[in-house]
Amino acid sequence: MHQPTTVPAALLNPRRRAIGAAARLIVAFAAGLVFAAGLTLSGMTQPDKVMAFLDIKEMFVGTFPGRWDASLLFVVLGALAIALLGYSLTPRASLKPWFARAFVLSTRRGIDTRLIAGAVVFGIGWGLSGYSPATALASLLTGQIDTVMFVLAMLPGMWVAGKL
Amino acid sequence: MEEYTQALQGGILIGLASWILLAGVGRSSSVSGITIGVLTTRRQSSLWRWAFLFGLVGGGAFFTWGLDIALVEIRHPLVLVPAGFLVGFGAVLGSGSASGHAVVGLGRRSKRSFAAVFTFAGAAVITVLITSHLPPISWWVEIVLEGLHTVFSR
Repeated sequence: MHQPTTVPAALLNPRRRAIGAAARLIVAFAAGLVFAAGLTLSGMTQPDKVMAFLDIKEMFVGTFPGRWDASLLFVVLGALAIALLGYSLTPRASLKPWFARAFVLSTRRGIDTRLIAGAVVFGIGWGLSGYSPATALASLLTGQIDTVMFVLAMLPGMWVAGKL
Repeated sequence: MEEYTQALQGGILIGLASWILLAGVGRSSSVSGITIGVLTTRRQSSLWRWAFLFGLVGGGAFFTWGLDIALVEIRHPLVLVPAGFLVGFGAVLGSGSASGHAVVGLGRRSKRSFAAVFTFAGAAVITVLITSHLPPISWWVEIVLEGLHTVFSR
């Protein structure tokens, strides 16, 4: 009889597949939750704080760093401390994620026009509002009409870019 | 320096969340990437994206309330709506924004992400530099309305 070649035994069992699928959703949800906790605790969901970081003129009020708010810098440092360590261990050491078949990460190479153009456009929008997709979504249900308007405009923008 | 401890702690949580998604589900925590995935992929394979977004949106509301985060004053829609469109458009065109490039990309030591972060940070700083020297949007709105009024009341 012809044997299936590469499918692991676990995936052939429907019950284990269902448990794996449920676990995957719980982990994804947990990741979103922790992400939200980080965004709110760090103050990044407050556009005024982000603007205070981007307004580098404030560095020159009195002696350096003046009235500049370096919060975002510390947020990135904190995130990178974990990410650099974590991503050097995963996915290299493990062969597969806990609850998925394989790692799916971008394999794009090279700095192209799309990347730079996208970054410029994103940067302008970010500089105008102090919101990024993550912080806007984290603030979506906080009762502020600002974030709802922003997200309602953001989604079509994403969709249009996705068509290009 | 104490005022930055929360920023650092928050950042650590963000990095942790990103790693959890990678180790557990094998995916990048680029929020723009996840959102465009929800908008364009078949429902069945997108369940993990919905789960993540539920956690992000629900968690955001919960922690904003729980940590007693100050809510922002209303900004003018004439700024927010174009800004929102630009952020969404730019994030997808550039394959990621803050959570994508600055955390996952830099975490993977990607040259692409380094260039992207440098570029969008620069663009944002320049934007703030320019707008901070311009009158507020309400001033512009008034000028335009006055102009229209003058033109149409001849």
